[in-house]
Amino acid sequence: MTVVFNEMDGGGGTPREPYAQVADWLKTLSRADVDRALREAEAIFRRQGITFAVYGDDEAAERLIPFDIIPRVFAAAEWRKLSAGIEQRVRALNAFIHDLYHRQDILRAGKIPHEFIIQNEAFVPEMVGVMPARGIYAHIIGIDIVRVAANEFYVLEDNCRTPSGVSYMLEDREAMMYLFPELFAQQRVAPVENYPAMLRQTLESVAPAGCNGEPTVVILTPGIHNSAFFEHAFLADEMGVELCEGGDLFVDGGYLYMRTTQAPKRVDVVYRRIDDAYLDPLTFRHDSAIGVPGIFDVYRAGRVTLVNAPGTGIADDKSIYTYIPDVIEFYTGEKPLLKNVPTWRCSDPQQLAYVLDHLPELVVKEVHGSGGYGMLVGPTSTKKEIEAFRARLKARPRNYIAQPTLALSTVPTFTKSGVAPRHVDLRPFVLSGDKVRVTPGGLTRVALKKGSLVVNSSQGGGTKDTWVLED
Amino acid sequence: MLGRTASSLYWMSRYMERAENMARLLEVGYRISLMPGAIEGHRDEWRSTLQSCACDHGYAQKHDEIATAKVIDFLIFDEDNPSSIRSCIKTARNNGRAVRTALTRDVWESINATWNELAQVKPSSMTADRLPVFLEWVKQRVMSFRGALLGTMLRNDTYHFSQLGNFIERADNTARILDVKYFILLPKATDVGSDIDMQQWAQILRSVSGHRSYRWFYRDSHYRPWLISEFLILREEMPRSLIFSYGWINRGLQGLADHYGATYECHRQASETHERLRTGRMENIFQSGLHEFLQDFINANTRLSQSIATTYNFP
Repeated sequence: MTVVFNEMDGGGGTPREPYAQVADWLKTLSRADVDRALREAEAIFRRQGITFAVYGDDEAAERLIPFDIIPRVFAAAEWRKLSAGIEQRVRALNAFIHDLYHRQDILRAGKIPHEFIIQNEAFVPEMVGVMPARGIYAHIIGIDIVRVAANEFYVLEDNCRTPSGVSYMLEDREAMMYLFPELFAQQRVAPVENYPAMLRQTLESVAPAGCNGEPTVVILTPGIHNSAFFEHAFLADEMGVELCEGGDLFVDGGYLYMRTTQAPKRVDVVYRRIDDAYLDPLTFRHDSAIGVPGIFDVYRAGRVTLVNAPGTGIADDKSIYTYIPDVIEFYTGEKPLLKNVPTWRCSDPQQLAYVLDHLPELVVKEVHGSGGYGMLVGPTSTKKEIEAFRARLKARPRNYIAQPTLALSTVPTFTKSGVAPRHVDLRPFVLSGDKVRVTPGGLTRVALKKGSLVVNSSQGGGTKDTWVLED
Repeated sequence: MLGRTASSLYWMSRYMERAENMARLLEVGYRISLMPGAIEGHRDEWRSTLQSCACDHGYAQKHDEIATAKVIDFLIFDEDNPSSIRSCIKTARNNGRAVRTALTRDVWESINATWNELAQVKPSSMTADRLPVFLEWVKQRVMSFRGALLGTMLRNDTYHFSQLGNFIERADNTARILDVKYFILLPKATDVGSDIDMQQWAQILRSVSGHRSYRWFYRDSHYRPWLISEFLILREEMPRSLIFSYGWINRGLQGLADHYGATYECHRQASETHERLRTGRMENIFQSGLHEFLQDFINANTRLSQSIATTYNFP
């Protein structure tokens, strides 16, 4: 069994340097203080409607994502290294997507098998030859990172489509500053609250070339029944832009407009939070009732910018993930600063054989899955579950990849039986427009069940405020 | 502003107002049903309550007979009934949620807290002794919502659309309450009513929380049907009267005209109705028929609502 890295524990009963202050503060907290803070935090979140809907649940059951009051802390130097790796990766991902929809140099160079791209469902042929403003496709990327030792980080996956969770990052910080203002007086924590302003700058910076004056930016949401609707409304509010549903937008004379109480208003940039398939019933899924008919043609004509661009999913597809280190080298000419988790491709018979022999110790994921559904975590599964999964894996090996079970780092967390270590990951949010902007910190997700490695909110995960200390 | 945003603001306020009116109607209906000896035929009372909130057809589709427990459940909890208190609060909250960005935090939190608390109330817990407390709670919550709206919202189009919804609903409601009982308000040879008449009149006033203010206003210990009609139709002092509602509707529409710099057909319609009320006299109304007058009013009010929706591009 590998040793689990506890981010607060410096050995010999002393905390690691970045956590020194938090450790002192924890000693002063009584159980009653903690219970009061947790109650207040819950009341704040519930009153503001910071909830998410779990698909399949009754509509009335809008849940709160549990919030833990012990922050997760990075030292300035740790963050500088991480941040450089993140920025490098994001630049490479955008260059990669651009290349895939144009010359496909990387395929010509033989770095990735041709069929992995062309036959991939995430590759959108309609995007071939389309040149978005500034050549940027994935304007907002969330990169899931795990830590296994003081200096050992891995990228678990890239989220290049519509990564969510940034509202929790912002609200967690709000809650911490409200509940424990004294903590922020004692040390300098890099602020995250200018994220909405940075997002708006990024969106405005990618307005179509023909847009004169101040660009009109909107958010496009599937509506109030979407699990992330709160975040859509929150970001619209924070940025001061309209929150639109598909029916609020229409195409006329080659341009996109929104229906207002007065004359229709031209729209230049759409931060859309609906999937590619539902974006435009005339181009993609014909049965989509939440999209905007004709929007893709306006986009292709360069008269509106879609954020993120359609077809970015090709870069975060789990079958492509294993090639990302090559992708980074190919486009930046540099060695990757952030490592990938070693991964077996089940499409390869030899690698599949290894995976089938080692199921109890591996994590097996669906190539196209998300949200922690349809995956096997070998070490915490029963024999029966493993055998059931084995059958599914054998039936459709191409659908799966496997990775070693990483000993994710832990951070102390309040549980019913007191403070105890719980596994965490990290999702920093990266904006690409006129420049690349990395928010200091990101969203820390924590698996609240003892020993659990699944941090997804749909599977009982919670969140923590994430601090990057300033020098 | 998006047309959908305007529509959601309008309907959010309409449904909150409707929830409050429903609570008042239920209070009155329930009072009567508690007095079996005092008034014969409380079933008729429930029937007219169902008519007043235009829920009679919906109820008849689900239930064969009128029974107190069934009516209460239908008007409070039944999600098949779009005007039940639960449906009203849910619809208001869904509309508010869709336009959260247009609401102040206070308004949103008020409406959201109401729904969160209501979602916890189990129909089976609504026993006789708890009903008055619950209905009082509903009224308090709607007033908190309206207070937050009045106290924190910018006076721009957002505010005007929500006021329009509020007062078009209120005007509709008061007119329906009067219309269901119009026959007992008609002038008779003698102005002194029987005990049953007195009860009926008191009930009409109670359902718009006007039984005490009537006495203060007319300085009269007797309810007189003529004056009750005047009070609820033509008196600006009565905050649930038709003319009072139309004063607010007109101001809301004027606010939109100032904001957008344009007036439309809906402005003309509203001021026409307001003018009719302003220059109206009860004797003329009775002469040409109270029922006909109220029917005309309800229809004009509905047309105004549709006209506003078309003018401002509600989806």
